[in-house]
Amino acid sequence: MTPTIITAISIGGLGFACAFALTLAAKFLAVEEDPRIEKLTDMLPGANCGGCAYAGCADYAKAIVLDSAKVNMCAPGGPNTLAAISTFMGVEAEAGERNVAIVLCGGNSTNAPRQSLYNGVADCTAANSTAGGDKTCTYGCLGYGSCARACPVDAIEIKNGLAIVHPELCIGCSACVKTCPRHIIKMVPENKTIHVLCNSHAKGPIVKKACSVGCIGCTICTKLAENEAIKMDKFLAIVDYTKDLDSDKVIEKCPGKCIVRIGASSTPNTEPEEPQKVTG
Amino acid sequence: MKTIKAPYSVDGGIHPQYHKELSKDNTIEVMPISHLLHVSMSQHLGAPANPLVKKGDTVLRGQVIGEPAGFISAQVHAPTSGTVKNVAPATTATGQTAMCIDIEPDGNDTWAPEISERAIERAGLIKKLISNPDEHRKAVIEIIAECGIAGMGGAGFPTHVKLSPPPDKNIDTVIINGAECEPYLTSDNRLMIEHADQIWEGCKIIRAILGAKRLMIAIEDNKPEAIATMEKAVGNDDPDADTSIVILKTEYPQGAEKQMIYNLIGKEVPSGGLPMDVGAVVENVGTCMAIWDAVTNSRPLTERLTTVTGTPLSSPKNVLARVGTSYSDLIAFCGGESGKVAKIISGGPMMGFAQTSFDVATTKTTSGLLLLAPAEISTYSSMPCISCGRCVDGCPMNLMPCELSQMLEAEDYEAAEEYNVMDCIECGCCAFQCPAHRPLVQHMRQGKAVVSAKRRAKK
Repeated sequence: MTPTIITAISIGGLGFACAFALTLAAKFLAVEEDPRIEKLTDMLPGANCGGCAYAGCADYAKAIVLDSAKVNMCAPGGPNTLAAISTFMGVEAEAGERNVAIVLCGGNSTNAPRQSLYNGVADCTAANSTAGGDKTCTYGCLGYGSCARACPVDAIEIKNGLAIVHPELCIGCSACVKTCPRHIIKMVPENKTIHVLCNSHAKGPIVKKACSVGCIGCTICTKLAENEAIKMDKFLAIVDYTKDLDSDKVIEKCPGKCIVRIGASSTPNTEPEEPQKVTG
Repeated sequence: MKTIKAPYSVDGGIHPQYHKELSKDNTIEVMPISHLLHVSMSQHLGAPANPLVKKGDTVLRGQVIGEPAGFISAQVHAPTSGTVKNVAPATTATGQTAMCIDIEPDGNDTWAPEISERAIERAGLIKKLISNPDEHRKAVIEIIAECGIAGMGGAGFPTHVKLSPPPDKNIDTVIINGAECEPYLTSDNRLMIEHADQIWEGCKIIRAILGAKRLMIAIEDNKPEAIATMEKAVGNDDPDADTSIVILKTEYPQGAEKQMIYNLIGKEVPSGGLPMDVGAVVENVGTCMAIWDAVTNSRPLTERLTTVTGTPLSSPKNVLARVGTSYSDLIAFCGGESGKVAKIISGGPMMGFAQTSFDVATTKTTSGLLLLAPAEISTYSSMPCISCGRCVDGCPMNLMPCELSQMLEAEDYEAAEEYNVMDCIECGCCAFQCPAHRPLVQHMRQGKAVVSAKRRAKK
């Protein structure tokens, strides 16, 4: 026998032996898993965004099957996924409104000056913990893009030192909300269009010094807004998103020019060049 | 008493330019009380105190205005008599936000009456403590807590907590830290030269409280005057005790707690442990002075010595100022700015905190205020690590900052924890050495915050 044949037989034999062992192992050592988990995982969007508070889609599917977790936790999936899951699991679930993230700050590098030169790690948490951040406004967006890096679908853009969410791309996972060290990103219902783009609880004169588009706490909007949809909280107007608000008057009369309309009728802040299709 | 050279030496360390000549020969100057004092409730390590006064209240010097909010916390006292103008959140020197009490002094600087009453009541307590420590130990620790003393070296660990080790820890060595290895700072140096006797009394109190045999006063060899005055103060007082003055070579960071313990007694504090795990307690010379003042005069910690220095300052000084004096008032007291200021640092240049304005006030831990001119600072952009290993050579904790910073950049916190990121003392030797200008300390600081948050979440 030539060495070639010996080699072929021994390697081939080894292969067969291993295959046989693996077959046995697959048969006798198989871990039984609920087949529903795999099917549910396929139904979920597969973005693995973590918005449901589980470590990815497969983990959430497992939790639904084994720990009877709520089925309406998947924000990116939307009503279609919810319908599919609830039919599959045989449970009734109410679909929540589709929420999207919004950065409640309008102070870009032009509007809100920086009081010092920050020369450290380009990360909002790092900047915020260095002498409280380089921006004069201690409430506003630092613009170092921690939220943009946290976003699994690249729906946040840093434009002129300010983070801007493109609502049509946002899948509502709220990863950015958790990342922002200044807590200025909020989840709001998608159909709401009027927002107060400021997060500063400071008094008027301080806000004016720090930003040209900040809420000075004048309370004009609270009087003009229908259904008492805007309320004051420590010198800051806050929109109550559970109420309807659709008057242009509040936008016109705001002396701080911090109330804006985003989405639906006009898009002052958001001009995506090429909307990307989000899979799932 | 004997004077010895440090018997051991840790690896790592750097030799920056010290610039101590700016202020080291300037005697301590007492600053007049400013027109408004801003007393932060975050004067120490641990939980900020809870304010006890409200707007419009009148307070007397030494009156408690903040009560401790937790085990690791300390009392805060009114630094002078006057009226509370405001109680509101304000940014501290470390960039955090804490409640701050603004006091407008009435000019009389009246002490709260209970202070002198207590002082009379407690006359001779030091002698009693030294002759019979077991009986008086508890009372003295209570006085230290009541006087709100926090470590004055910089971190501000509440002293009464440090002096109450659990019963299973046997403390045999008290180390008094007079190294002052931070460049520019000279306040500990001046304190040792001008108040050596009081510091020595404070040392004896600490030794008696802890029941330790050995007392070591460590001073760097660039402070010959301080070494001489401390030698004179200790002299032949207490000849039976094992007291020594240890001369350290001048190197940064000789004054770091763990490094100092190793240099003096050759024991390594275990990872995640405390000095008391190797039977040692380290106290700063300023803390000794404050303890002496608390025990003899019952006076709470309401003022501290701060080095105000830098080339753009008209006359650098070692200023004894009330807690809560704003940086702008300190600068004005030192003759104002003589040149353009490019950077303001609270503390020393290595471990201090950069400030964005002068609207910050001193605390019990403000060891220095440093101004730097435009020519003395540089801006740079961080580049990739070139694996030169200089940071590894410089690290006094024997860590690998280059590896750690890359792990932290990649947000691999598990790996960083495994490579002991939590042992980093943030001394800045690595970043000082890095030819790629990587923000190594900032990476560590952030990584430590994330890892400790994860550990808390696990509990």
